[in-house]
Amino acid sequence: MAKTLLTLRDIVVLYGERVALSLGSLEIKTGNILAIIGPNGAGKSTLLRVMGLIQRPTEGQVLLHGTDAFTGNTLLLRRRIATVFQEPLLLNATVYQNAALGLKLRGMSAAEIERRLAPWLEKLGIAHLASRSARTLSGGEAQRTSLARALALEPDLLLLDEPWAALDPASREEFLLDFARIVKETRLTTVFVTHDREEAFALGEQVAVLMGGLLLHCGRREEVFFQPNCDASAEIVGMSNRLPGTIQALDEAITSVEVSGQILCVASHLLAGKKVIVCIRPEQLSLQHGNSCASPYNQLKGRIINIMPGIGTYQTILDCGVFRLIASMERKGFIEGGYSEGDEIIVTVSPTSIHLIPA
Amino acid sequence: MELIWQGALKALELLFTFDAEVWAITWLSIKISGSATLISLFLGIPLGIVLALSHFPGRSFVAAMVNTGMGLPPVVVGLFVSIFLWRSGPLGLLDLIYSPTAMVIAQVIIALPIVAGLTMAAFQSLDPKLSLQLLGIGASRAQLIWLLCKEARLPLLAAVMAGFGGVISEVGASMMVGGNIRGQTRVLTTATVLETGKGNFDVAMALSLILLALTFAVNFFLTRIQQREQLRWPRLS
Repeated sequence: MAKTLLTLRDIVVLYGERVALSLGSLEIKTGNILAIIGPNGAGKSTLLRVMGLIQRPTEGQVLLHGTDAFTGNTLLLRRRIATVFQEPLLLNATVYQNAALGLKLRGMSAAEIERRLAPWLEKLGIAHLASRSARTLSGGEAQRTSLARALALEPDLLLLDEPWAALDPASREEFLLDFARIVKETRLTTVFVTHDREEAFALGEQVAVLMGGLLLHCGRREEVFFQPNCDASAEIVGMSNRLPGTIQALDEAITSVEVSGQILCVASHLLAGKKVIVCIRPEQLSLQHGNSCASPYNQLKGRIINIMPGIGTYQTILDCGVFRLIASMERKGFIEGGYSEGDEIIVTVSPTSIHLIPA
Repeated sequence: MELIWQGALKALELLFTFDAEVWAITWLSIKISGSATLISLFLGIPLGIVLALSHFPGRSFVAAMVNTGMGLPPVVVGLFVSIFLWRSGPLGLLDLIYSPTAMVIAQVIIALPIVAGLTMAAFQSLDPKLSLQLLGIGASRAQLIWLLCKEARLPLLAAVMAGFGGVISEVGASMMVGGNIRGQTRVLTTATVLETGKGNFDVAMALSLILLALTFAVNFFLTRIQQREQLRWPRLS
């Protein structure tokens, strides 16, 4: 079993009267990749600064390798962590000098710096820029320099505060692919902040959902994205369809839930009479023309009232009488289905694709 | 015109015959203003850094005081330093009035707010996130300050130039606290005032030319360092 690298206990960060962060407990195991998602002002960057031992929390403990970081030699422990920020602020020096800075701060010799840094400059495709002034770099090149600077430190923990957020789409894709490859190769314990659910799901083995300074949910990515523990967490992870319902009956593994007069079958074990929030991801809904379909469960009649085309997927808003649903379909399937606004359709969803949250 | 021409010739003669008194005055000016500038840098840079980077009650008030001090009239400084150092004044026992030390004190009071104010502005012009990034790669607090100083080196050089320029050219405070005593506290500015008053325009011009050359030499040296670091702006069409 992997060892615990970083532990946060009862962390509270106050900015004046405002609570910026209030966490019960959070552990990061060696080799884990944790994605932190949440809306603006959720406390993601504050959390990263506390984890990086850059900011002392108002209350609580941060333990790195079991040592209380803010009562012992904080600098020594902080030097086992490297943080990369959204804006790659580099010094008025060359790319090499910037990338070597962290190693130089640790008093390493020029030969040792060269030995540790050169492979990263190569891997990140910036070796040819080594003697260029950092002020002349593009955003992507500057961010690669910033990442090389952090990776050359061979940290126990790498923290990334949306370092790809300000990049153009092409640079961002390239950067993310390189980042995913490097993290996979090195098995470096990594915590990264992102707004993008796709990125969080693709890169994070574990996902933490943060809102209003509170840790709403933290767990395996499948659990967090498909079985959120509360309404707010469901909204953040993209469960666009959230409807209030009441459990009607339990029949072995299938539960009947009444939602605004409609009955939905759900693979769940909650007791009858319980109020729940019925959560369905948009991509779990299937659309079909006509009056019947193959699925024996959860056939809802509806009408397409809005279509939002996308490059990969089409989103549709469906009027199902007393409630509305948002469905997401692959572009190819959507075009082949010949759907258009105003079409009467049948919406189906598998009982195993519906998640219930006790209200 | 004749007066100016005669004055210029006399100035060149004094300069190139290495007149002992002129060079003694020049050397004293360099010593007093150089010492005052160094002391101002020693005190003003840390003060500017503290005002730029820290938060404490009354910080805004101190910053406003420093900014006000940047425009402090030398005669006002001269007046108050004289009162304090006067034989019957609070610091009269030190017997510093009409001494080079008194002139250094007055010049430090003039240069200190200039250096501190420009240092504060230089640090505040840096992106606050730069500190986080440097801490994020393991900088200690001392290393952080040193790196920020290096990053703000261009505006900090401007602070050095402004501080030195402020004291080498001032006359009011030096006259009041130094007394313009021949061979003891006479510097280039006070000597120029005296010689002009006596109608010795040739000597006054010689002293002025030395003062200008000295100021230019120091600023040229610092500007070379400053501009060597500056990135070239693209040519605008």
